[in-house]
Amino acid sequence: MVHWTEEERCTISTLWDKIDTEEVGHQALTRSHLVVYPWTQRYFSTFGNLSKPAAIAGNPKVRAHGKRVIVALGDAIKNLDNVKATYAKLSELHSEKLHVDPENFRLLGEALIIVLAGQFGAAFTPAVQATWQKLLSVVISALSSKYH
Amino acid sequence: MPLTQVDKNHVKSIWSKASGKAEELGAQALGRMLQAFPNTRTYFSHYSDMSVKSSQVHVHGKKIIDAITEAVNHIDDISGAMSELSTLHAHTLRVDPANFKVLSHNILVVLALYFPADFTPEVHLSCDKFLSCVSYALAEKYR
Repeated sequence: MVHWTEEERCTISTLWDKIDTEEVGHQALTRSHLVVYPWTQRYFSTFGNLSKPAAIAGNPKVRAHGKRVIVALGDAIKNLDNVKATYAKLSELHSEKLHVDPENFRLLGEALIIVLAGQFGAAFTPAVQATWQKLLSVVISALSSKYH
Repeated sequence: MPLTQVDKNHVKSIWSKASGKAEELGAQALGRMLQAFPNTRTYFSHYSDMSVKSSQVHVHGKKIIDAITEAVNHIDDISGAMSELSTLHAHTLRVDPANFKVLSHNILVVLALYFPADFTPEVHLSCDKFLSCVSYALAEKYR
């Protein structure tokens, strides 16, 4: 089981309360998956026009999906002491139905940290970054747990 | 994944701002890496303070940014620009090259933090490619 200090819990929820799930999700998904690592578009063949950064940024399916991802992150944050169980079904979904390479979770996680840094600036201190990196590594591990 | 002319322009543009704050950005990138990725601390066990505020981290962070500035200034021959540093990392420091990716991530975080308006997704892409090239060049002499 992952151990969280009171300070870490507080750090996570303080930043979470300030996050606009749709905007952050959109930025992270656009940046990572679709612009910086264009090969990740392989999972979004039904999303329509992803041909250029501007098309990606304006795509409503991308926006909706980005929001869904961050809302799911909220579930992990509400269940910090049991992220693995919370994500069991999601893990199965990504493995069995969506066939997503778990490397993508890492890429999206990196992009999310970069988006948060850009949005929160100096408030995204080294300590806040370290706590959120830990959160994302727990999330990524949980999402990868049902792969076989 | 070679750098296009657009990539080179993006990198030179954002780095012209970064190079002027070498010590601050370097300390931030290195300090954040050491704080968020504890495995990397193994290479700095001789530091008395590994935080962003540490003078040792400041000195070393500046060295890193200055070295990357060299790579930017020789962007058509990153391999040549990094040659001596590659020898150093390969034979003396023996840093596992996997760590270059970790530091690169933290450099990107710092660029986003300090230059949010300039660090667009397209610039992010170019910087990510550029830092991959630098990392590759740094690992060239390893074996």
